[in-house]
Amino acid sequence: MSELLLLLASSIDSGTPLLLAALGLIINERSGVINLGAEGLMLIAAVTGFATALATKNDALALLAGAGAAALFAAFFGFLVIWLNANQYATGLALSLFGSGFSAFVGIRYTQESLAVATQRGIPGLSQLPILGPVLFTHHYLVYVAVLLAVALSWFLFRSKAGLTLRAVGESPESAQALGYPVRSIRLAAVVAGSALVGLAGAFVSVVSTPLWVEGMIAGKGWIALALTTFATWRPARALLGAYLFGGVTMLQLHMQGRGVNLPVELLTALPYLATILVLVLISRNPRWIAANMPTSLGKPFYPGS
Amino acid sequence: MPRLLDRPLNPRSSASLLALAVFSFAACDKKPSGNSAPVSSAAAPAAQPAEVKAAPGPLKIAFAYVGPVGDAGWTFAHDKARKEAEAEFAGKVKTSFVENVPEAADAERVIRDMVDQGNTLIFGTTFGYMEPMLKVASDHPNVHFEHATGYKTAPNLRTYDSRTYEGAYLAGVVAGAMTKSKTLGVVGSIPIPEVIRNIDSFTLGAQSVTPDVKTKVVWVGKWFDPPKEGEAAQALLDQGADVLMQNTDSSAVLQTAEKAGKFAFGWDSNMVKFGPNAHLASAVINWTPYYKNAIQQALDGSWKTGQTWWGVKDGAIDLVAISDKVPAATKAKIEEIKKGLKDGSFTIWKGSIKDQAGKEVVKDGEKADDKLLLGINFYVKGVEGKLPSSK
Repeated sequence: MSELLLLLASSIDSGTPLLLAALGLIINERSGVINLGAEGLMLIAAVTGFATALATKNDALALLAGAGAAALFAAFFGFLVIWLNANQYATGLALSLFGSGFSAFVGIRYTQESLAVATQRGIPGLSQLPILGPVLFTHHYLVYVAVLLAVALSWFLFRSKAGLTLRAVGESPESAQALGYPVRSIRLAAVVAGSALVGLAGAFVSVVSTPLWVEGMIAGKGWIALALTTFATWRPARALLGAYLFGGVTMLQLHMQGRGVNLPVELLTALPYLATILVLVLISRNPRWIAANMPTSLGKPFYPGS
Repeated sequence: MPRLLDRPLNPRSSASLLALAVFSFAACDKKPSGNSAPVSSAAAPAAQPAEVKAAPGPLKIAFAYVGPVGDAGWTFAHDKARKEAEAEFAGKVKTSFVENVPEAADAERVIRDMVDQGNTLIFGTTFGYMEPMLKVASDHPNVHFEHATGYKTAPNLRTYDSRTYEGAYLAGVVAGAMTKSKTLGVVGSIPIPEVIRNIDSFTLGAQSVTPDVKTKVVWVGKWFDPPKEGEAAQALLDQGADVLMQNTDSSAVLQTAEKAGKFAFGWDSNMVKFGPNAHLASAVINWTPYYKNAIQQALDGSWKTGQTWWGVKDGAIDLVAISDKVPAATKAKIEEIKKGLKDGSFTIWKGSIKDQAGKEVVKDGEKADDKLLLGINFYVKGVEGKLPSSK
């Protein structure tokens, strides 16, 4: 029983970077911009965050630096796809490839460094509670911030006027423009803000989860977050569940091994990716469901003059 | 692709290879620069291999590494030894290395490049280079090849290894003394004999102190994947393990133990700085004596093929930086075992040793021979779970 609870706790930890990145991508995609560069942005943020943590010994600053670096690169990406109308898919892929090469190049000097790791004590008092204590109250503060962000984003998108505007820009940029909204600026703001969250997720991996810098250490989390965005049908609350589910699949396979369940390691390692494909197939089979949620102008260029 | 690689390199195919390398993602972190220069300057007809035996000047030696030199573990230890050996033979040898060489077809290309660059002594430092090295060695009889942790040899290809299991055993003795839950956890990389032997030896070491200790194993399927190693370590801690060991190449397991306030070891090199509180000791490999010896033999022409397996006795393995938290009696025991390994009065794999099923694999009073150890494919009693079938 207690092992099951610990499994839940570590699934939440494992799912948090996925959640942060998926929330960021939901903001991007709700505005009509698909950002396939998430993996590269996370890597850039991871190396920036690690370098900052090493120099300043300040984790909060390091996380912000990671978010900032990702936002900076995303702004350039946004300029290319929003103003110059470069193909979003190709540009996003290029950003991803660039990010992994660039971070490896910049990061060479950090591969042998390490951060001081503090023992995690959890929230005083609450973490001593039976059963719930270890599951809910022993995490890094960013884990709670991510949950709050999911709630806040949900409120923003569906309950606030600004959120309605953002969704309008993603659904029908022509109508939004006719109403006098600056479509391009709104899209750029969404890309930058969303990518900052993606960066926060990347920095979380290199500063909090595994305080190391290693080339390629994001290891596909950016891609899983992209799949998760679709899996969640662009809804923050579902992204929250999906992220913990994916984190849970990762941890479950490690736990099963520890319990001596004999399954091929390679297959277990592939489980999160298989789950992603399965989910994509399932949603795509229901055209009404996907059409009801997918931002209509996702990935399409917008020409304000026409 | 393999067809192309089988031919001796001429400038044109090397240019196309270079183009391939640019496109192949895995290759971007290597150092292909200078690939084409030595080849075109050698410009020998393709029929006659360009390598000339021991040209005047320093002996050129190349190392192929599986990870980055900054991994703080396996590759770091090899590179440290490379530097020390080069310093020892200053002026007489010139060494170079390529890091992050995948254990796949790419390895063959890198090793061929090394030959083309005029290296006459080539070290490959991971198990997965075995077949590529065999292939290249058969094409270049005048070049000496040294393959770490493998078991296949050729007239110009020999193997060398360290008895890392001795370090694992010593770490196990410490773990056995420090565990409260009587549950140890090991993060494994790939289920090959080397790693299985280390898990078994770690368990035997712990059982020599606390007979009813159990070992749980989680495999991550890679030598170097810090986030995954960390998550695997977390899974083991969640299942009650309070002392962790790893046979992977990064310090992530130690860091995870540090976060959780549990214990772990450094592996391959001294990792104390990655988790000063969790760190109990580091089982280190020192490749320097072997590299010095091999280079000396290549220099004076006494190089012969064979299989070398050095341990504590030869100064190749040690347990260092033992924490103050470890009781003095345990430290004394470690010293005693090391002394015993050096003078031959102590043997780790001495019966009676039983496997998981309770079958006696080493009979009472007998010593396991290297053949059994090199091909080991079972968990000893006390290790939990089933061994994944390896290739």
